[in-house]
Amino acid sequence: MDFQDYKGVWVFIEQKDGEVASVSLELLGAGRKLADKRGVELAGILIGENVKNLTKTLFEYGADTVYVYDQPIFKHYRTETYMKALLECTEKHKPEIILYGATSTGKDLASAVATDMPTGLTADTTELDVEEDTGLLLASRPAFGGNIMATILCKKYRPQMATVRAKVMKALPPEPGRIGKVVEETISLKEEDIRTKVLEIVKETVKKVRIDEADIIVAGGKGLGSYEGFQLVHQLAETLGGAVGASRDVVEAGWIDHPHQVGQTGVTVTPKIYFAIGISGAIQHIVGMKNSGLIIAINKDKEAPIFQTCHYGIVGDAFEVVPILIEQFKKAISRDKVIK
Amino acid sequence: MLHIVACIKQVPDTKIIKMNPKTNTMDRRTAPAILNPYDAHAVEEAVRLKERYGGIVSVLTMGPPPAVSAIKKCVEIGADEGYLITDRRFAGADTLATSYALSKALDKIAKQQPIDLVICGKMSIDGDTGQVGPGIARRLDIPPLTSVNKVVEINQEEGYAIVHRKLEDGFEVVRSTLPCMFSVEKTINEVPYSPLPNVIRAARYKPHIWSVDDLEEVDIKQLGLKGSPTIVSRVWAPQKPAGGTFLEGNPAAQVDQLLSVLLEKKELFETKEEI
Repeated sequence: MDFQDYKGVWVFIEQKDGEVASVSLELLGAGRKLADKRGVELAGILIGENVKNLTKTLFEYGADTVYVYDQPIFKHYRTETYMKALLECTEKHKPEIILYGATSTGKDLASAVATDMPTGLTADTTELDVEEDTGLLLASRPAFGGNIMATILCKKYRPQMATVRAKVMKALPPEPGRIGKVVEETISLKEEDIRTKVLEIVKETVKKVRIDEADIIVAGGKGLGSYEGFQLVHQLAETLGGAVGASRDVVEAGWIDHPHQVGQTGVTVTPKIYFAIGISGAIQHIVGMKNSGLIIAINKDKEAPIFQTCHYGIVGDAFEVVPILIEQFKKAISRDKVIK
Repeated sequence: MLHIVACIKQVPDTKIIKMNPKTNTMDRRTAPAILNPYDAHAVEEAVRLKERYGGIVSVLTMGPPPAVSAIKKCVEIGADEGYLITDRRFAGADTLATSYALSKALDKIAKQQPIDLVICGKMSIDGDTGQVGPGIARRLDIPPLTSVNKVVEINQEEGYAIVHRKLEDGFEVVRSTLPCMFSVEKTINEVPYSPLPNVIRAARYKPHIWSVDDLEEVDIKQLGLKGSPTIVSRVWAPQKPAGGTFLEGNPAAQVDQLLSVLLEKKELFETKEEI
C-alpha cells in the first residue's frame, strides 16, 4: 500500500428528508481543520435519492468537493447499497481519512466498510487531530468504561476511519456563495440483487424524549441511592421546566430509560443550564455535557471529579439541598415573575 | 429447525471497576467478570425465537479460559450449546481481528449445523464500539441488520426475516434474506430470572473449547494484535479543568447563592420550551 496515493479528508454526509444531518456539518468543520493542516482537499460523499441540491450547503460549510451518488436505489439507507457506493468511490479516489457521524447509520456503514476494505476504525471519537507530515490521524475517545482517554492510531492502512460523536465538533459558520466541485458518480446496482428491503418507515407519534434539544437539564446519578431517590431529579426538572438526564449507572440500574442517558454511550447535550446531582463525573459522562452553558454540581464528595467541570459546586446532601432549591425557586417565580 | 448463534463477550463490570491512579489503567482485579449486559438480550432473543419457531441456540465467544462462566450464564438463559475460542494468538485483537476470528469459528460451527441467524448485542460495555456485529456479517457475507428492537417474523422455509430497526425518530420495517445478522437493542426484551432446570444444566455444562489449530483456513496474520489495524498509542487522563466555585455555608445559604446566580442569568430561562 503506497500511502502517497491516498490524499484528502472525506466526510460521509448523512441526509434525511431533504436535509443534511447536523453531525455531518460539524464533521465538515472538524475535517476542514485536518485538511488545512495537511494541505489537502476536504470532500463530502453524499449518497441518496434527489440529494444533488444539498451540495450547495456542503460547500458553504467547508467542503471543496462533493462526490454524489444520486440514484433511486439509495432512497433508504441500506448497509449493502451505501457500502458498495462508498467502497467504489474510495477505491477510485483514495482519501487518506474518512469521518462518519457516530449515529446509528454512520456506525453501521463505517463498521461494514472497514471490514471490507479492510482498515482500522475508531468508534465514538471525541477529539481529532492529524500529524502534519505523516498524515497519521490521532483519534481520541474515552476508553475502558470511560474513566480515561485513549488515542487510537491506524499506522499501516489507508484510509484511516473514525466515527465521531454528534455535538462534540463545531460546524464552521456557513459562507454564503462559497462553491466547490461536484463530482457525479453512478454505480450499477440492481434492486433484485439487494438482499434487504425497507418495507416501511414509521415515525413515532408519541412524544419522544429529546434531551439534546432541552435548554435546561437536570441530571441525576447513582449518588441518589435508589429509584425513589431519583424522583428528586424529576421534581427539580419539573419546577425549572427542564428535561431529565441521567448517568450511565442510573440507566443501567433501570431508574430511567436510555434516551435520558448523557455521555459517551448516551446523548451529547449542550443545554444552557445543566444540573449534575449525585453524579461523580466519569469522563464518559463529562464528554457528553461539558459544553453546557452553566454547569451546577451537587455532590456529597468534595473530591468528586464533577466539581472540576462545573461552574458552581455545592458540596452537600442532595436530599437537603434540592428540596430547598425547589421551594425557593417556586417562591422566586411567584415573587417577581421574572421566569415564565 | 432454526440454528441461531449468539456471539457474546465476557467483560469486566465497568460500574465497579477501579482505576489505578498512578498508571491510569483499569485494575481488572477489582472488577468481577460478567456477561456483557447487551449480550444477555441477544441470547434471550435467540431463546425466544427458538421457542417460537423451534431450533437450537448456540453461543460463541472469544476470550481467556474464564470466559466459560459467561457461556454458562447463557446456558442459564436457555442456550443449548456453547463454544469458546481461546488462544494466546487471539490476544490483543481490535474489532477487525475479532470479527475475523469469530467468523472462522462460525464457519466451523456452520459445518456441523448450517446457521440461519447470528445475533449480537448492540455493543460491549468495555469496548463500546458496536463494530464487531456488522464486521462478522460482512465476513460471512450476510446482511447486517443493526439497531434491531423487534423481530416480526422469521420464515425459514421462504428464507426471510422481518424486523424493526430503531431510528432516531421512529423505526423502519426491514425484510432481509436469511441467513443474516441482527445486533439488538436492550429494549428488544427483558431477561427474566433463569428457570431452575437451566441453572442446574448450566452448572454441569462443559462448552466446546477450540484453539486456533481447531479452526480451518485461518490466516494467522489476521489474528490478535498482529491482525489489528488500530493500536492504542497513548492512554491519558484529560487535563483537569480549573473547576468551579464552591458555594459555601449551610444548605439554605448555598441555595440562596445559587438562586442569585440563576436569577442573574434569567435570560437562560427566556426561551424555555415545553420538553
